[in-house]
Amino acid sequence: MRILLLFALFMVSVQTTAATVLPVKEITTGVYVHFGKHQFPDSKNHGEIANLGFIVGQKCVAVIDSGGNPEQGLALKQAVTETTQTPICYVINTHVHPDHINGNSAFKAAGVKLVGHHKLARAMSARGSYYLDKAADQLGVKMSAADLIPPDIEVKDSMKLDLGGRTLVLKAHPTAHTDNDLTVYDEKTNTIWLSDLLFTEHVPTLDGSLKGWLSEIDKLEKQSFHYVIPGHGELVTDWPQSMQAQKHYLTLLLTEIRAAIKKGQHLEDAVQTVGYSEKNNWALFDDYHRKNVTTAFAELEWED
Amino acid sequence: MKYSKLLPTIFITTLLPIAAIAAEDEKIWNNVLKPEYFAGQAIEESDNIIELEAPVRAEDPALVPIKVTSKVKQTKEHYIKKILVLVDNNPFPFVGEFEFTPESGKADIAMRIRVNSNSNIRAIAQINDGKLMMTKKFVKASGGCSAPIGANLDEAMSRLGKIKFRLENEVKAGEPNLVQLMISHPNITGMQMDQVTRFVKKSHFVKDVKVTFNGKPVLTAKTDIAISADPNFRFYFVPEKAGDLKAEVTDTSCELPTKRDVCAKGNTYTETFKVQP
Repeated sequence: MRILLLFALFMVSVQTTAATVLPVKEITTGVYVHFGKHQFPDSKNHGEIANLGFIVGQKCVAVIDSGGNPEQGLALKQAVTETTQTPICYVINTHVHPDHINGNSAFKAAGVKLVGHHKLARAMSARGSYYLDKAADQLGVKMSAADLIPPDIEVKDSMKLDLGGRTLVLKAHPTAHTDNDLTVYDEKTNTIWLSDLLFTEHVPTLDGSLKGWLSEIDKLEKQSFHYVIPGHGELVTDWPQSMQAQKHYLTLLLTEIRAAIKKGQHLEDAVQTVGYSEKNNWALFDDYHRKNVTTAFAELEWED
Repeated sequence: MKYSKLLPTIFITTLLPIAAIAAEDEKIWNNVLKPEYFAGQAIEESDNIIELEAPVRAEDPALVPIKVTSKVKQTKEHYIKKILVLVDNNPFPFVGEFEFTPESGKADIAMRIRVNSNSNIRAIAQINDGKLMMTKKFVKASGGCSAPIGANLDEAMSRLGKIKFRLENEVKAGEPNLVQLMISHPNITGMQMDQVTRFVKKSHFVKDVKVTFNGKPVLTAKTDIAISADPNFRFYFVPEKAGDLKAEVTDTSCELPTKRDVCAKGNTYTETFKVQP
């Protein structure tokens, strides 16, 4: 009996020390995605809300977004190790938001290069201390400046990464969701990882330029992709169909805010009136919509 | 009988935490801000002279609209001379100091500010007789992914110094008229983590705003990094006849984000707007 108890205790301790493996799904050959839940980042989910993943070549693995905290980064790294023996060569950060980059330190190792938009380092620097405070206050995550690692490779316009037998084309976008959005296109499977340039189900969040975002969407809409991976939401296989909801939401913001400005409304009025017809179409609408209107209003009032 | 036993417990469990939070909220004010700005002066806390409007939650920490509304008319005998706005828990709490005259008509001022974390925002009015009146609002910090800097600073920088006046309604002579002043400026806080990226950028913000009508002061303000990018102010002026609204805006750049002893002389941007009542 005592031995059994000891054995049970031993099993428990083994369980807790074994690294967590982040669940991922192979959506097409060599493209693995972890789909995040539509939640507001808080001390319960510790900021683990975004879609993350990796693409496996013959020589190299490229990780796309590192997670909402260093621990989730480790779990994602573990998922790579469980999937393939191919080494990680690149960790691509699609933009500065904490749910996408807070796991960077988990991947720090010889031979691993961080890749980001050429404006990412500046954004990390400007927002870094605030994000560290928020990690402690709101996410219940302990992080230090050492966890905020800027890119080793900066993408100015576009860049190709050879993973061995497959090439990724990275594109640095003009200001849209943020001023440092980077997308990843996998030629082999005609898959594009749009990250937060695309939201499905989860209300889009604007932290860059509304007009810029709509203009990037217009360009992307004309292209055809087999698979599109949003930053938040399910896998898209009917491009551009599943993007129409986001396009509609952003266009509505544009139209209604322009009208509000024309009528002489102030920011605080517009926040109460604009875009509420969309309320029931999105998860987390109440958490982000007023912020979206605020950012868009501050952009559009300078038109003319 | 039962009630008398229960009541004290309810009081203790419900009131104590609130009292504790309130004390915490007043700490920076009592220990730092009051001694710094109003050492030895009496301040009455009331909503009788000015009122402060602010959202319950800062939806966007970079752009929190707040509004100070005065409840008294500006007359030569009795008027609000100055309104100081502070955000207790910001790294640099001073938001701005706004000076009015009897000719301002109404000492109202609306603006957009940066709010870093849960904080009291306070407005302190100084009446021409020297009396000080304070009002405050508690604002909850925003969550999510945005930061208190501004979404598109490059865009603000590309328009640097562009100024617009917007009149709210048709101008009425001899009455207070609401006007909006928009200033394109990134208002850079200078608070980045240079150790992470070795990316050094000094603060660069609007420090003086002077608005006159036909040469007479309407609003004179000292402002700082807590003002949102593209500073935006709404206030009143009283045009007796046709004339020019003029804005003179001066910026600066300081060596350290929270010290104001070593700052460079900045540029001055001006804009004139014809008013026809």
